Amino acid sequence: MPGNTAHRATGRTDTPHAGTGSGRRVMRACAAVATASGPDGTPVLRRLASAPPLTLRQTGPCAVHLVSTAAGPLGGDRLALDLDVAPHTTLELGSVASTLVLPGEGVSELLVTARVGAGATLRFAPEPTVLAAGCEHRLLVRLALEPDASVLWREEIVFGRYGEASGRCHARFDVTCGGLPLLRQEFVVGEPALDASPAVYGAARCVGNTFLTASAGETVVADGVAVLPLALSGTLVSALAADAVQLRSRLEWGERAARTSMTAVAAGEREAGGSRIDDSGRRRIGGGRLADR
Amino acid sequence: MHPALLLLTDSRLPAGGHAHSGGTEQAVTSGAVHDVPSLARFLRGRLHTAGALAAALAAAACAQAAGTPPATAPPHRHLTGEAGKAEKTWDADKTCKADATHEADETGDADAREARGDADPWVLLDREVDARTASPAQRDASRTQGRLLLRVARRVWPSPVLDELARAVPHPHHPVALGVAAHAAGAAPEDAALAAAYHAVSGPATAAVRLLGLDPVAVHGLLADLTPALRTVATAACLTVTTQHPDPAHPQPGLAHPQPHPENAHGYPDLTDAPPQPDPTGDSVRPDLAAAPAAQLGNVQVRWAALPAYSAPALDLLAEQHARAEIRLFVS
Repeated sequence: MPGNTAHRATGRTDTPHAGTGSGRRVMRACAAVATASGPDGTPVLRRLASAPPLTLRQTGPCAVHLVSTAAGPLGGDRLALDLDVAPHTTLELGSVASTLVLPGEGVSELLVTARVGAGATLRFAPEPTVLAAGCEHRLLVRLALEPDASVLWREEIVFGRYGEASGRCHARFDVTCGGLPLLRQEFVVGEPALDASPAVYGAARCVGNTFLTASAGETVVADGVAVLPLALSGTLVSALAADAVQLRSRLEWGERAARTSMTAVAAGEREAGGSRIDDSGRRRIGGGRLADR
Repeated sequence: MHPALLLLTDSRLPAGGHAHSGGTEQAVTSGAVHDVPSLARFLRGRLHTAGALAAALAAAACAQAAGTPPATAPPHRHLTGEAGKAEKTWDADKTCKADATHEADETGDADAREARGDADPWVLLDREVDARTASPAQRDASRTQGRLLLRVARRVWPSPVLDELARAVPHPHHPVALGVAAHAAGAAPEDAALAAAYHAVSGPATAAVRLLGLDPVAVHGLLADLTPALRTVATAACLTVTTQHPDPAHPQPGLAHPQPHPENAHGYPDLTDAPPQPDPTGDSVRPDLAAAPAAQLGNVQVRWAALPAYSAPALDLLAEQHARAEIRLFVS
């Protein structure tokens, strides 16, 4: 494939689980994707390092799919995925199937770290994470952006398979731009007393978020989904739903609604001769409504 | 518990808290909260999400206030004009005149400082709160309540650190105002955390009584049932503040820096990371390849990066739906 200079490597380091007697080997795996500008300036994949169960397959010039090549993660597994999107390059990452988190010895963990350079584009939209009953999962996302990066980052968490009680999950999502915090969120799933609270998830069986770097011009709300302009810059589409299909359609609706209001904002800014991201260092104190008083 | 906490958590404190229902009004409108048991679930969920977050932020603000010496401004902020203006603002505020004008001045100052790249610790904490409050309606409600509380606290417990907060962030988020007010009143971060946790459920509970005509005694019974959880939430919030976030610029001898937190035993030595909050299992590993996203900014700027960030998606939705409702009894 032209422009494919990917280097493939496996990073599997299975270590026997101490003191379980089950004979299962917990997995410690670290997969990575990195892009670079090719000699003619077109973006290429510089690095594609699979580490089962996180196996990566190139599916386009700058597109990669995660293929799970082992069950899980299972309790005790420590998985990491590292994305490095060089300035002015593009990466699209998806997965071929949802991730089913299963119980095991202790806590499973997936850490996703992404750095997105100036002018680079990242679309991260894997299939949902399903929390099977009894699982103990930790999902950490650290997204570090440079100004002018363009990102769509979607996370979907499903509370158990059909008719199943949810496993436990602690998710933390941190987004910074040029070192400034844009969004920090934590979800705890699997506490029966809290999951059903009308303040937390209510009757929903899934929760999902899409983070977008572009700033929506206004808040948009519909049944189970809200498009929330963040304080500094960027937008969060936040959704609750009864099932994964409804969740995806609500998130996609919110992403479209956000894009529509962004287009309006961008048009206004072109007239004003400024760009949204240049303003990111400055902050509205108290929001527009308060400042007007 | 410091006695001043009784005043800070009293609904009769004239800081406008009674006008906010914290999502309860919309939850009642939608039918999600309709009786005492559903209110109990609502309050418990609220306490462990929004309440736990507010408790950590209030404790952080109180600790930061405690670690800020009386002449709070770092040397480079003592520009002659500004110091003079600060005095004037304070005098004017004492007589409660020209409040709006001076707030506008203060806003201008804050903007100017930011333009100079000044990393004011209150501005940094304010950004961390903003990043944890995705819903614009909730940001507005929080800043409205924070501004009112700050105005009351500056008169009730006059203190340079409250003036400093007002200069840096004229419309602070409520937990920040509460934490600094608690410090000005002589209370400790744990008190501030407890007050914030209580505030997260007491207002919504009272609002439900008024909206649904519930038995006030039954609803106070719910609050009584939550008191053990209030303590748990406040203690956990305080622990994240005192053990994970020593202030490199101003060591805080008065602040407990005792046994390393279990989370620290696994190694979160640098503050540039954003580790998860203590997991019930205590089984935590710091992944080695975790890039430090804000490393280039230095420790001061990311002092509060690792604070909890609990979200409640339903509260976000309720807040935004409420902001669009045509008929409202409560501001939020």
